[in-house]
Amino acid sequence: MAINIALDEKFNIQIGNELTQNVKPILHEIRHAMSELIETGEAHAIDLRTIPLAPGEEEHIIQKLGHGEVHAHLDALGKSEIYETQYKGVWVVTHFNTETNILGRFIEITHIPEILKSQQEDIQESQEQLEIELNSYDGKFDETVQEVN
Amino acid sequence: MGSHSTRKDRTLGEVLRSRGISRRSFLKFCATTASMMALPPSMTPAIAKALENAKRPSVIWLSFQECTGCTESLTRAHTATVESLIFDAISLDYHHTLQAASGHAAESAREAAMQENHGKYLLVVDGSIPLGNPGYSTIAGISNLDMLMETAKGAAAVISLGTCAAYGGIPHATPNPTGAVSVEELIKDKPIVNVPGCPPIPVVITGVLTHFLTYGVLPELDHLGRPMAFYGQSIHDRCYRRPFYDKGLFAETFDDEGAKKGWCLYKLGCRGPTAYNACATTKWNDGTSFPIESGHPCLGCSEPDFWDGGSFYKALSVPTEEIAKDALYAGAAAVAAGSALGLMNRSKSTKAKGEHDKVGLEDLNKED
Repeated sequence: MAINIALDEKFNIQIGNELTQNVKPILHEIRHAMSELIETGEAHAIDLRTIPLAPGEEEHIIQKLGHGEVHAHLDALGKSEIYETQYKGVWVVTHFNTETNILGRFIEITHIPEILKSQQEDIQESQEQLEIELNSYDGKFDETVQEVN
Repeated sequence: MGSHSTRKDRTLGEVLRSRGISRRSFLKFCATTASMMALPPSMTPAIAKALENAKRPSVIWLSFQECTGCTESLTRAHTATVESLIFDAISLDYHHTLQAASGHAAESAREAAMQENHGKYLLVVDGSIPLGNPGYSTIAGISNLDMLMETAKGAAAVISLGTCAAYGGIPHATPNPTGAVSVEELIKDKPIVNVPGCPPIPVVITGVLTHFLTYGVLPELDHLGRPMAFYGQSIHDRCYRRPFYDKGLFAETFDDEGAKKGWCLYKLGCRGPTAYNACATTKWNDGTSFPIESGHPCLGCSEPDFWDGGSFYKALSVPTEEIAKDALYAGAAAVAAGSALGLMNRSKSTKAKGEHDKVGLEDLNKED
């Protein structure tokens, strides 16, 4: 687990306040990507882990983007949190590992993040699974399940 | 380890699917892998395709004159899920610290892996090799030099992990009592990738392994044999305190006003300008921070001879006296244009390059 050190002067770690000047350019990049998405339909992604941000700046960007209408949770090799920000078409995708540490955080400018869609291979596998299940399914109500419930 | 011989021919995609890992999970893994390898997120589908079909390579890991810090770094990596997948993706056939076998059993595991995968296995080395007296460091009675030369013969490529293996590191520091040398001083006929750092950042280690898995070749390297994706930019260029350098605002001591305000640590000996590594963006300890963020100058541990550069607290000799003055003028003229200072600084560093052939560790004792 990440150690939550209070970001104050005592520890000589500063809360970012326009320290790297990277916040504004990222917001501009998002705006450009949005017009690209509108005009050509082309999606764009920004990997927040590759940008040198001062302590607190990542949170500042996330805060600026706010929350919108869609919020989804994935359970795939650890949790993932995906939500649309107050700006439609701008999504924040955060991947955690099984120990709830952040593995990666992306801002995606797209109609829907790829990872939310059901994947062709998974659908195929699930279809086969259902088929196997149906072969041995006698149509009767499962009493054991009823008892448990 | 060693017990998965039946699984060796399977692709990573097959291994993952047999473990019930969905395609969606795999995509998540690939997205974080792209991030780890410093590749743009748009590369995710290409990585997924390549990794799906990747065969599990055999890896032999040799530890010579080292402190086990490199292994510690890797095994304590916070991205546990990703690392475990990487280890599913490779067959780690020999590693002193991690393997259960010891003595002759361990050595025969190494020999078996070498024979079985001749010409195809990856050799990872941490630690330097003593040439002074073979007795300084032996494993199962075999000198480090003999073991390295013998194991390297059948390797597809060698990864020198940590500054000791890459450049000799601390054992190589003056007066170098054991006559320690790096791997690349001994192996001349194999592709070698240096992954320096004391220790290297865990995701850099797995990033290099993943790159090999994904593309089947080693990543693009710089003039010191380091992967460009992680060592392509200096700590200084990626440092969040860089704007203070550009404005000429420095901490002069560890407890002055500048230190408290988080100004640039350049005058306290920060090696950021000459150190090439990914610490400033990847960070350490679950992404908590990196040394500069905690108020300590960078030691430049990923550079050759970093231990021989004199005091860690003497400033590098890039001329700085004019920076504060020039910054004032530029600042007055272009307060709104954030890039102006950056541009000025670029010309400043060109000037610095002109005045010094190379700003390196040899300049360390020349204080400004």
